[in-house]
Amino acid sequence: MKRMATAALSVVLLATAGCTNDGGGGSGSGGSANVPGVTDTEIVVGTHMPLTGPAAGGYSKIAPATKAYFDYVNANGGVHGRKITYKIKDDGYNPANTQTVVRELVLQDKVFAVLNGLGTPTHTGVLDFLKTNRVPDLFVASGSRSWNQADKYPGTFGFNPDYTVEGKILGTYIKENLAGKKTCFLGQDDDFGRDSLEGVQKVLGPVAAKESYVTSNPNVGPQMGALKAAGCEVVVLATVPGFTALSIGTAAKIAFKPQFVVSNVGADPTTVGKALGAGAPLLEGVVATNYLPLNTDDANPWIQLFKKINAEHNGNAEFDNNIVYGMSVGYLFVQALQAAGKDVTRDKLLEAVTKNGFQGPGLIPLRFSATDHSGYGGAQLTKVEGGKAVFFGTPYTTDDAEGPVTAYQGQAVTPPQNGVPAA
Amino acid sequence: MTTIESRPETATKAPPGAKRRRRVHPVIVIALGAVLVVALTYVLPPFRNYQLATVGAYFCVTAGLTVLTGLNGQLSLGHGALMATGAYTLALAQNRWESLPLSFALAVLVTTGVGAVIGLAAARLRGPYLAGLTLAVAIVVPSVTSTFDETFNSDQGLSVFLEPPPEQYPMEQWQAWLCWAAALVVVLLLALLVRGRFGRDLRAVRDDETAAKLAGINIARTQVLAFVVSAACAGVAGALFAYLAQSVSPGAFPLTLSLFLLMAIVIGGLGSLFGALWGALLLVVLPALSQSVGEQTGSQRLEGNLALIVFGVVLVVVMLAAPGGLASIPSRISRLIRRNR
Repeated sequence: MKRMATAALSVVLLATAGCTNDGGGGSGSGGSANVPGVTDTEIVVGTHMPLTGPAAGGYSKIAPATKAYFDYVNANGGVHGRKITYKIKDDGYNPANTQTVVRELVLQDKVFAVLNGLGTPTHTGVLDFLKTNRVPDLFVASGSRSWNQADKYPGTFGFNPDYTVEGKILGTYIKENLAGKKTCFLGQDDDFGRDSLEGVQKVLGPVAAKESYVTSNPNVGPQMGALKAAGCEVVVLATVPGFTALSIGTAAKIAFKPQFVVSNVGADPTTVGKALGAGAPLLEGVVATNYLPLNTDDANPWIQLFKKINAEHNGNAEFDNNIVYGMSVGYLFVQALQAAGKDVTRDKLLEAVTKNGFQGPGLIPLRFSATDHSGYGGAQLTKVEGGKAVFFGTPYTTDDAEGPVTAYQGQAVTPPQNGVPAA
Repeated sequence: MTTIESRPETATKAPPGAKRRRRVHPVIVIALGAVLVVALTYVLPPFRNYQLATVGAYFCVTAGLTVLTGLNGQLSLGHGALMATGAYTLALAQNRWESLPLSFALAVLVTTGVGAVIGLAAARLRGPYLAGLTLAVAIVVPSVTSTFDETFNSDQGLSVFLEPPPEQYPMEQWQAWLCWAAALVVVLLLALLVRGRFGRDLRAVRDDETAAKLAGINIARTQVLAFVVSAACAGVAGALFAYLAQSVSPGAFPLTLSLFLLMAIVIGGLGSLFGALWGALLLVVLPALSQSVGEQTGSQRLEGNLALIVFGVVLVVVMLAAPGGLASIPSRISRLIRRNR
């Protein structure tokens, strides 16, 4: 009986822990007076991020940057008088952990919305859960096309240009500048790699050789060897930063020197250069895309603003494109909150995002509408020169289907004086 | 009036001449447990219910593992892989036929089959060689999923089609019921199994193979059977995990999972089903605790890594303070009291 008693006691302890954390529990399913995560003085938002694990390199800096931007907004009076609290949960890029931490955010911390959850495999698993609980699922940090399913997941919106759009733009660059060269492809063995390849092939036709890798096996020797043997002159990489470095480094080791053309998510020269260490000069001439201002462009007013916030609220972390990304997400979310008005509800927030019309640091417009939930609709090409990425040409827009890749002529906007979007 | 007598820590610890205590039949214990769980699911807030469900899922595999390792002396570092087998089977079956009972049955069946194959090899190996074989099984999971990526979809894994639960029950409550129903059935079957001749055979083989053989026990058969039983439990747990996460991916079944399972049953009390419950509870509570500690210290990098340290420390402390594991603490205390009287 004693063992029974101790077992029972432990379960009761678990229960009391639950009740104390929850303050009695009460489901509050989103009536007009009782909006989860929103009080007169506070809005609680959550995210899941790989702060540890195989994808932590570079990506772990995104959420702290977003938080820094929110802290900056809070220091400037908040949004409609409310301060934003950003709860960052580490899922280690493991879908099983994502399930747990997102449930914790929604059921226990009662967040108003989930913002910028990172990763295709991780976030895919929580789409249904977030839908069932009617939690806005904004600006997912991945270029998968899964976020753009307005009918099936009305609360989910993307942020990144999807990988097919980006692949088409990379393909167009190769077609115009590297015509006739043997083009090959190395991609992550999931939606990321597959969608990217699809985009490239929509423009170029079938590639000469294609290889794939998995993050759990940090060795791309066989793949690079195969690409070298196939006589590739251009290699498109749909890789996360660690594997961009690994691919370029491995190629150099076997004296394989193709022109590398890299997807935006794996192309930040600061992150990749650090992973390459002494081999950082290998990045010279690498072509990639971006749709946000570049971290090294000190003349850009957005970069000036973000650098200032980074110094004041982010402990002056090394300023790379992940920080630009994180702060841009924060800026967009504050824009959406401002547009949703003072009496904010989950429905009003989604309405505001659907209405779109946001102008921010992005070089091209966001595509949000009632039928389109995908993020940015294009990107501009960059090239690494003297250790820094620089833009060249004009931004392009396109869609994930058969639409043409066209130059975008819109003007970039400057940030507001105080760095906080107006209501 | 203690509970199931056939647990080894009592069997091994109790001096040979100790007076026999009255047994409570496992069915009664399980029935009480069921009542307690159902009551809890009505009291707990949703997130705690989800955690409770996870404890139930872990309980299946720790119970099976403790029978294998604690009662039969076979060390398995590969139970994470067996869980992956169950999880992937559930996902594939569920996405094809959309019938949860059928998928569950298939998951258990397939895992049992895989367990039989590994068990056949394992019965010929001893000590570190057995650990090595099962370790290899645990490590091979990601490679299998990326080699046959047409079926398993590599690192990204598969999502699992699930019907929503009946309207009137919240999702998390439903999950807790399902997981604990499975867990209690598994544990009841195990308790009944190890009470009888099979349990005695297991322990005889563990303690002295030659003596067991002289007593007419078929060593290899017993060992393979133990592995098969344990694998079936891991299959149930894996299927429950796939059900809870609504997805399966190799990242959910890393080598550390197999090691954690082993640590959990050692901390809980090797060979004891109550110890397995303690272990399952710790597998859920310790990471959650260390995460909240990590959050309070403000170091986000700490969150993902702290659980490993905490587990290590707990293992060391428990082994020093109560070598029989957490489940042995009550009997240690009562023995102390009796001695002082």
